[in-house]
Amino acid sequence: MAKIAEPNPEFTKKVLEGGPGSDTLMLCYQCGTCTASCPSGRLTAFRTRQLIRKAQLGLKDEIMSSEELWLCTTCYTCMERCPREVQITDIIFVLRNMAVKEGFMAEQHKKIGENMLKIGATVPFGEEMKKLRVRMGLPENPPTTVGNKKSMDDFRKVMEECGFDKLMKGGKS
Amino acid sequence: MSQKYAFFLGCVAPLRYPGIELATREVFKSLGVELTELEGAGCCPAPGVIRSFDQTTWLALAARNLALAEAQKTDIMTICNGCYGSLFEANHILQHHPKELKKVNDVLGKIGMKYTGTIKVRHFAEVLYKEIGLEKIKAQVNTPLSYTVGVHYGCHFLKPTKFKQLDDSERPKILDELVEVTGAKSINYRDKMMCCGAGGGVRSRDAATALRMTEEKLKNLKAVNVQMIVDVCPFCHLQYDRSQKDLPGYNIPVIHLSQLYGMAFGMPREKLGLEAHETKFNL
Repeated sequence: MAKIAEPNPEFTKKVLEGGPGSDTLMLCYQCGTCTASCPSGRLTAFRTRQLIRKAQLGLKDEIMSSEELWLCTTCYTCMERCPREVQITDIIFVLRNMAVKEGFMAEQHKKIGENMLKIGATVPFGEEMKKLRVRMGLPENPPTTVGNKKSMDDFRKVMEECGFDKLMKGGKS
Repeated sequence: MSQKYAFFLGCVAPLRYPGIELATREVFKSLGVELTELEGAGCCPAPGVIRSFDQTTWLALAARNLALAEAQKTDIMTICNGCYGSLFEANHILQHHPKELKKVNDVLGKIGMKYTGTIKVRHFAEVLYKEIGLEKIKAQVNTPLSYTVGVHYGCHFLKPTKFKQLDDSERPKILDELVEVTGAKSINYRDKMMCCGAGGGVRSRDAATALRMTEEKLKNLKAVNVQMIVDVCPFCHLQYDRSQKDLPGYNIPVIHLSQLYGMAFGMPREKLGLEAHETKFNL
């Protein structure tokens, strides 16, 4: 007999309360404008309308482990065009946060998180780039957390207070 | 009237394309606008990745950056759509949800900081268009350009329009007009408002999918024979610039609006940092 996914109303409630905008989830009437507008969905298996339906039904396990959840580029085109003003991108942020807490996080993404904890930036900073900056007449380090110990300590402290360092070590924080 | 903004650098411009940082500094100096340093600012933090991982951390780090500018009593100006998206939206949340503001200030208190929500977040193209104006920009053009360009608005500059209210998201005109004031011609192309493909953590997690979206854009840009792509976001800039080495048949130079203005205002080419571009700029 075919296995039918169990709805989980508790999960839906958590999504609704998950962050600014996610309380619009139940307004969706499944017209599919989002899917039709999605630049990622036209090339991949990502179906925005379907993701929203699954969130309405509380199909937690299907959403949390799905690859498609991470194919949204957060371009906001769906949100702009949604006739019901569902804050779709905001809902996707909430779902992704829940997935990360459950331990679903790509290694490449963990690396970005680690770089943030190290220099306060998303991308690494190497000697070649420092040389180029100096050649152009710019200071070797930009006036940011990069190369500024006190600011970097503050920046890291904010992340630690929010539990971000633990989250990057595997979720369930 | 003297204008002043706290200059938010972000990550990709200073650490990958320093020409964007330098050109912005020079261009705004020419226009008589003071840019103050935001000493110790960190990543905005990136909307696609950090916000996707944990919104609490995202909001607190954004609030720290906002508080640095608030201490100067100065609005923030960004040169990146991603930084603009994160800081603008975080600011909006903090200004409209007292509970979130309190939560964030409990964290900022640990490093002796506080944010009260008194400043605005501006995108440099918005400042150019709405505060400085086309006429004043035109007066600084001493090296008129005659290129045909395809402009790339990116996603987080205009959207969500409900909150940003800068221009229409389907048929905007801000960037086209900002480009044409230099003498260059903005050419329309299919799916002009489509995403470059890099955002949302897609580039880092699934580079092949990001590349396919970028190829769609490049195909449409090539079809109308533009000489270059002009962007207002170092991350879209990086995606277009670096993707082309993996896409045989494409060789369209990519330039940030600040660099285009640097050229039109007569800045020496070596100050534009074009050597950092992987798709060589030889126009």
